[in-house]
Amino acid sequence: MSGLNALWQAILVLVGGGVVGFLYKGLDRKLAARLQGRIGPPLRQPVLDVIKLLLKENIVPRTAIPWLFQAAPFLAFITAVTALLYLPIGSLAPVLHGYGDLVLLLYLLAIPALAMAMGGFASGSPYAVVGAQREIVMMMSYEFPLAIAAVGIAWRLATLGIGPSFSLATIAANPLWGLVGPLGWIGLLFLFVALLAVTPAELSKIPFDIPEAETEIAGGLFVEYSGVNLALFYLADVIKTLVIAGLVVALFIPYGLAVPLGITGVGGQVLDILFFLVKLFGVVFFAVTVVRVAFARLKVDQVVRLYLLPTTLLALAGLLLLVLDKVVMGG
Amino acid sequence: MKQMKLLERLKLSGLKRALWVYHLNSGGCNGCDIEILAALTPRYDVERFGIKLVGSPRHADVLLVTGTVTRPMYERVRRIYAQTPDPKVVIAIGGCASTSGVFYESYNVLGPVDNVIPVDVYIPGCPPRPEAIIDGVVKAVAKLERLMEGKEG
Repeated sequence: MSGLNALWQAILVLVGGGVVGFLYKGLDRKLAARLQGRIGPPLRQPVLDVIKLLLKENIVPRTAIPWLFQAAPFLAFITAVTALLYLPIGSLAPVLHGYGDLVLLLYLLAIPALAMAMGGFASGSPYAVVGAQREIVMMMSYEFPLAIAAVGIAWRLATLGIGPSFSLATIAANPLWGLVGPLGWIGLLFLFVALLAVTPAELSKIPFDIPEAETEIAGGLFVEYSGVNLALFYLADVIKTLVIAGLVVALFIPYGLAVPLGITGVGGQVLDILFFLVKLFGVVFFAVTVVRVAFARLKVDQVVRLYLLPTTLLALAGLLLLVLDKVVMGG
Repeated sequence: MKQMKLLERLKLSGLKRALWVYHLNSGGCNGCDIEILAALTPRYDVERFGIKLVGSPRHADVLLVTGTVTRPMYERVRRIYAQTPDPKVVIAIGGCASTSGVFYESYNVLGPVDNVIPVDVYIPGCPPRPEAIIDGVVKAVAKLERLMEGKEG
């Protein structure tokens, strides 16, 4: 019974996620164009792109390792979609609630990037190999602040005696901002900024699109991909945008409108889901769209330095402030 | 039956409104290349038609070839054509790519682009205006449609 119910929920979340993902991708491109003083593509442009890619020939280069080359796009797409099922949506618990937690979600977020690197290495093209190396280098520099931000929040919740503290449903149900003292508040702000800084790199968007870098390494990781495989990477990117924005929302802005407005039942849930979508859009717009319009691409060493020094130090300072907060408040 | 029609319409709209172009200089003087860049600027904004410049021929639907084909570029032009996945169209941009222009019967060129690979749309001019280039890319859509129909039927 509950298994069947979960299946329906999963289908609903995946279809809804696909629609919302395409909508946000279209909005991202349209708004980026407007910010640059252009008219921009229609909102349905990402859908048209995918339809066209599905119609194209799917080439596997002679120098590639065929099974790895073909498996990488599927792996990226499937893990991105699975990660979507672990997100709390509005006031609803994640579909796969109880089967995995924040740590699993962090791993699921890392796998699409690893799959892309794998596909790049399997392409047999020097451009793709350079792109794959850059992806790995970038991952090694941004994963640390990302992990600190996630673990910091879960640890503080545990010290407050709220558990299971690594479960995303628990984190979303207990916003930390109101539970900590002033020191913890500043610490949380630091972690929030660090996580927002990691967001565009996680999605390989300008200024952190060094693995793709069309003008210097000709599309990098994806240089040999065409047709269905490229469409799968495109879809994985669309879904991953939702997942990382959803993670930011669940960790730092999990507030709903239904409880303060006193609306209960189905109406309240619908309101919360709509408000959740608005928050997602806010994160995508400010952390991805505005940033990619405002900056030019950084060099590899600049990206690494940016994440390993300022961002990591900021995240560590945030964690330290949370620890101090626990000492002061007597947690 | 009606469903099939809807599917066909969807396919065509995907092809019509999502052309990705790859820019290949087969030995031009850079004049046409600069006009292509001008067509990509916010003033002309080709992204509103779904046209996007891509960095790899594997992603491309349209090859924009500029310049007459020189001897060293012969092998490269053929390879890039082979690397582009079907269905694809080739657009020869400028007088040199269409007819060899001032390099006609020169000792070190192999003639216009259609001596080496099949060309679908010719855009004359030295260099052609960005409007002419956009018009040529949009004309290539009709050719793609016919290619798709041939593949279907």
